[in-house]
Parts: sequence; C-alpha cells; structure tokens
Amino acid sequence: MATIQSGPLIGGLEVDNTYDDPRERAPLVLNGRSFGDVTNIVMNAHERPWSKTWTIMFAISLALLSVLTATLGFLFSTGVGVWGNNQPVGWAFDIINFVFWVGIGHAGTLISAILFLLRQNWRTSINRFSEAMTIFAVICAAMYPGIHVGRPWLAYWLLPIPNQMGMWPQFRSPLMWDVFAVSTYFTVSLMFWYVGMVPDIATMRDRAKTKLGYYVYGFLSLGWTGSSRHWHRYERMYLLLCALSTPLVLSVHSVVSFDFATSQLPGWHTTIFPPYFVAGAIFGGFAMVLTLAIPARKWLGLQDLITMRHIDNCAKVMLATGMIVGYAYATEFFIAWYSNYGYEQFVFMNRPIGPYWPYFWAMVFCNVISPQILWFKWARNNLWIVFIVANFVNAGMWLERFVIIVTSLHRDFTVGAWGMYVPTWIDIAMFAGSFGLFFTGFLAFLRFLPILAMAEVKTVMPQAHAHPPHHHGESDDHHAARERDFAATDYRPDEAGGNGNNAPKPATDNPGDKPWRGGNW
Amino acid sequence: MSILEQPSLTRDPSLDASVDIEPTETVAVMAEYETVQDVVDAADTVRRAGYTRFDVHSPFPIHGVDGVVGIRMTKLPWIVLCCGLTGLATAAFITHYANGFEIPFLGQFGGYKYLISGKPYLSTAAFIPVMFELTILFSAFGAVFGMLLLNGLPMHYNPLLRSHRFKRVTDDRFFIVIETGDAKYDEVQTTQLLRSTKPVALERVED
Repeated sequence: MATIQSGPLIGGLEVDNTYDDPRERAPLVLNGRSFGDVTNIVMNAHERPWSKTWTIMFAISLALLSVLTATLGFLFSTGVGVWGNNQPVGWAFDIINFVFWVGIGHAGTLISAILFLLRQNWRTSINRFSEAMTIFAVICAAMYPGIHVGRPWLAYWLLPIPNQMGMWPQFRSPLMWDVFAVSTYFTVSLMFWYVGMVPDIATMRDRAKTKLGYYVYGFLSLGWTGSSRHWHRYERMYLLLCALSTPLVLSVHSVVSFDFATSQLPGWHTTIFPPYFVAGAIFGGFAMVLTLAIPARKWLGLQDLITMRHIDNCAKVMLATGMIVGYAYATEFFIAWYSNYGYEQFVFMNRPIGPYWPYFWAMVFCNVISPQILWFKWARNNLWIVFIVANFVNAGMWLERFVIIVTSLHRDFTVGAWGMYVPTWIDIAMFAGSFGLFFTGFLAFLRFLPILAMAEVKTVMPQAHAHPPHHHGESDDHHAARERDFAATDYRPDEAGGNGNNAPKPATDNPGDKPWRGGNW
Repeated sequence: MSILEQPSLTRDPSLDASVDIEPTETVAVMAEYETVQDVVDAADTVRRAGYTRFDVHSPFPIHGVDGVVGIRMTKLPWIVLCCGLTGLATAAFITHYANGFEIPFLGQFGGYKYLISGKPYLSTAAFIPVMFELTILFSAFGAVFGMLLLNGLPMHYNPLLRSHRFKRVTDDRFFIVIETGDAKYDEVQTTQLLRSTKPVALERVED
C-alpha cells in the first residue's frame, strides 16, 4: 500500500467526515490507515502501560462495587424492609433499576444486529463496545429480579422446574415471560459478543508478549487461523445471529413492558407500552453508548476509527428515538383524556401537578426538550454538547421509569390507601453500587479484550476489496457469471468507505457500466 | 517491504533454534501476500492448476474469495432451522404440560393447573412469548455451536500456528496454504507455481 500516507498512530487529527455528499461515501476510517495501522491503534490500547485515568476509574468502580456487595449483604441478612417500598408503592427501585439497566442493554444488540442487517457499515467501530455495554448492563439488570424478594437462595423458583409442593411456574404470567426473555437475551448477547471477538482475540494471541497472555488468548481464540472456509461459515453464522437477535431485541423490552401493560392499573394498562418501551430502550442505550464512547475514543486514541461521523449518526438515532418517546408521552395523555375514564385521567394529571411533579418535568426536560438541540449540525459536531445531552438522556430515562412506576402506584383507587414513596439510603447506595458493577466490568473489558472489531473494521476499508481474477481466453458468459458472483457480495467500491484521495481505485473492466450496479469492475 | 522476485522456500527459523520441537514432516507450503488482490489472483491460479486441498488465510473475510477457492454454501442454516424448531417444540411442551395437566402418578413432576381468574389452563396465546424466546435461544445455540462444529473449532493445536510468519495472518498479511496431501502436490512444481504468483515469502509448514 505504497499510496497510503499514514499520520501519527495515536491522536490523529479530528477530521470532519460528517458531510453528506451523495457523489461519494464518507470514509469510515480516517487519515489513510492501512490494515496494520488499524491493528496497531486498537492493540495500543491494550499494550501500552496502564494509564493513570484507567487505574483511578477502576478504583472508583471497585469501591462502588464493594458498596453494592455490602448493601446486598445487609439486604439478605435483614430483609427487604431495608428498602423504602411499602404499600401502596410495592414496586420501586428494584424494578425501576431493572428496567433502566435492561433498557441500556438494548443498544448493543441494536447496533450489532439491526444495523448489520440494514448494511450500516459505520456500526463496525462501535459494535464491540456497545455489545460489551449490553453484557454488563444486562448483568446489572438481571441482579434485581434475583434479589427483589430478599431471598436469593430461592431464585431457582424462576426456572421451569416444580418446587417441593409440585407447583410449576405459571407460564401465563408476564413475570415468567420476563425470565425467559431476559435470560435468552443475555445468553444470545453473550454468545454474539464472544464469537464476534474470536478473530480479534486471535490477533491478541499472535501479538501476546507474555506466556500467560499467549495461553489465555490462545485458549479463548479457539485456534482461529483466518481460513477462508472458516470465514465463510463464520459470516453465515453472524448473519443468522443478527437475524435472530433483531426480533429478540424488540421482544425483550416488549416483554418487560408487559409486566406493566397486562396489569389493570391506570397508567400501566395501555397497549402503547411495547413500542414505547422499545423506543425508550434504544434512546437510553444510545445515550449510554455515547457516554462511554466519547471519553474512550479520546483516551484510547481511537479518533480515526470512531470518527465524528459515528458520533453524528448516534446523535441522530438518539434524536429520532427521543422524538418517538416524546410522542408516546403525548399519546398517553391524549388517550387518558379520550378514554373518559376518571382514574386514568387522574393518574395522568397527577404526574405533572401531583407531588412527584419535579420528577415528571425533569423527565420531560431531559428526554424531550434537551435532545432537540441535536437537530443542529454544529451541536452534533460538538462533543461536549453531545456528551451532556447523552447524560441528560441517561438521567431522563431513569426518571421515566420512576414516573411510570411510582406515580401510578402511589395514589390508586381509594383515597384512604394513598401514600408516598421515599427511597432509603440503602436503595440509593444499591443503585450507585450497580454502576460500580457495570463500570468494573466495562473497564476490565477495555483493558483486556479487543475493544474494537478489528477484523470488521478492516472489511470496510477500501483496500479490503479485490476485483475478480480475469483470464484471457475465458468465454464471455463465464466472465459475466464471475462478475455477478462478485457483485452479489453486496460490495460497491464507493460504499466501502473510500476517502477518494488515496484509496486505490478498483480497475474498471467495463467502463460503460453503471457504477451503482457494482458490476463495473 | 519490497517484493522479492524469487523468494525461496524457507523454514521457520524458530524451528531450527528450538531443540524440544522436532519437525517430522512437511505438511503444507504457505505463500505470503501483501494485498487482497494478490492473494485472490494467486488463489485463482492455484485453483486453476487443479489443487483442491488448499486454503486462503486472511485477517478478515475477503468478499468474493469463496468462489475463487471453491467453497460451497454451508449447511449451517439448516442446522439452525432444526434447532429453532426443537426450541419451539420444547417450549410448547413445557408450557402446556406444566400448566395444562396434572398427572397424578408423576407426583410433583406431573404439572400444576393454576386456576387464575377462570382463564383456561391450556392458554396457548399466553405461552407464545416463552415459545418465541426458546426458539431464538435454541437457534442461536445452533448457529454458534454449529459453526464451531463445522469449522472443527476449537482446535488449539495447528501446525500453522507454529510459524512466526503466520502470526501476521491476524494483522495485515494474506496466506495461501497448500497441503502436501493434495493429489497434485509436488514440491518442485508446487513451489514453482506459487512463485509465479509473486508472493513475498514461501515457507514450509512442518508438523
């Protein structure tokens, strides 16, 4: 690749590749990187000495994790009375935090699966990241159903086995659906994440400097040699997993919303919940992706791979899903009014002007108003603005679950049964501790596992594509069939992220062909 | 790196240096290439020369290489379909059995009929989420483990992994490996053929 001019390896210039010129695809890898550069940039994050920032953040995370461990010990030894939930608010921080975390866990599979099926090549730089985020977020989420009755030693009651009284789980209950949805989602996401990493772990094996690293990464890479036969089945498997995960990711938060929607409580009993929850999950998930990606690309020097265009695209997804969420809020109010059902109307009026009004209006500000700034390109291109909006959304999505759960419960049908919910310090410490669990896992991932899908990033670089071998004396039919085979791989040279200037141009066999047919080379 | 006109067939130097590893026989020859185009063209040449037991190794999937190497469509989708149907059947059985029947002589394993709000015991519609999730779960297991099975992974011992040169296959180099077990294999002729495809290096793979 003599034509490639490489810049300095780390901390390349910020290049604006957010333009939308229809004549040319924007490059996804900047500053004319070669395959070796991609490996070096990503591996540098693992091979360089432990940075102070990482160590400090890891220490904070571990401290928070120990807060979680301590509060869990207190909970198990004392009972759920240490939490603030009581009649009439019997469900509180446990389910709020469960829904919050499982929602964050949705962006990973969305980016991995749905954007893959939609041929959004920009996903390759951020999918590993967000898959890891999914894994740790779902771990945090899965903790809450296990502990929410304060008897974790009976958690096996969730499994489809009869207990000592011969009672099987009740499969008509949405809580049981939830068990299957969340455990399937976690298992599939974990497999997706791991098999996606296998070729990159093989890179780590081949660059390992210590014996321990060689054996551990060698074990995890399963003996991967990059054989074309292996790649063939691997790619087919990846496509199948994406096709399976797409309905899965949509089903999981739908099922979570059934926990509420199938009840008969005003404020919960509505058919809009499944799409509304799914949109909210994607919204909150992308916010968390941005919260993690913006600092990480800076600290780890990944600006050439996670480019401004990636940030721009994530911000647009956040804006779009935020609009859906805002629309759903409005629809709920409209339907409450239109239903002419007094209890429903009361619940919805109780949200903006009842005792929990600050939560409601903070939610509206965070989720509906603050993302509106992302309509402007200058705002999407300003990392501080995007980062701050993403954090507003993180907070807003937590507030949304608080509003849905607590305001619907605290003033139900009989005035005499009204009450207020106030979290105890254990509730708050446990929630803070769950961030410790999340960040401990995520920071360990940043340190020890391939943070970027190197093999996938290489496939979207212009050098990754060959034109079919051409042979003299071959019949025209044969040649045409070969061209078709190549065209069928869905690759068009301009689509692959050629940055126009220094990308090797594929040779043109039939200059008369239309370039977008993919058959001109 | 400059492209050598006539790279000669070499051994991995570490094999000479190590005393505990005793190479017994040459199992394959590998040729290293710098670009995708070179390796695709070379694979085409090798294929046309009549070799069948050869493979292209690359850091990422090269689109279009399947036809050049002669790889047929995998049967993995059928495995996944079978697994998915198994998952569906499993979930349909568990849900209907556990909530729809009470078989006395099976004791506590005989199912449990919950009467809740007078709803029917065999409420298939309410079992759909569980059936859906297990279909996906079993299919995903089929996809991942089926891929590993068909690929013969995990395989932690591979003579290719003993070569230092081959380490760059996960970085930025492309390789063609022709097994000595191929009917057409002949050390002189095969080396000659690979040399004509302008590799940057040729190396024996010893086991």
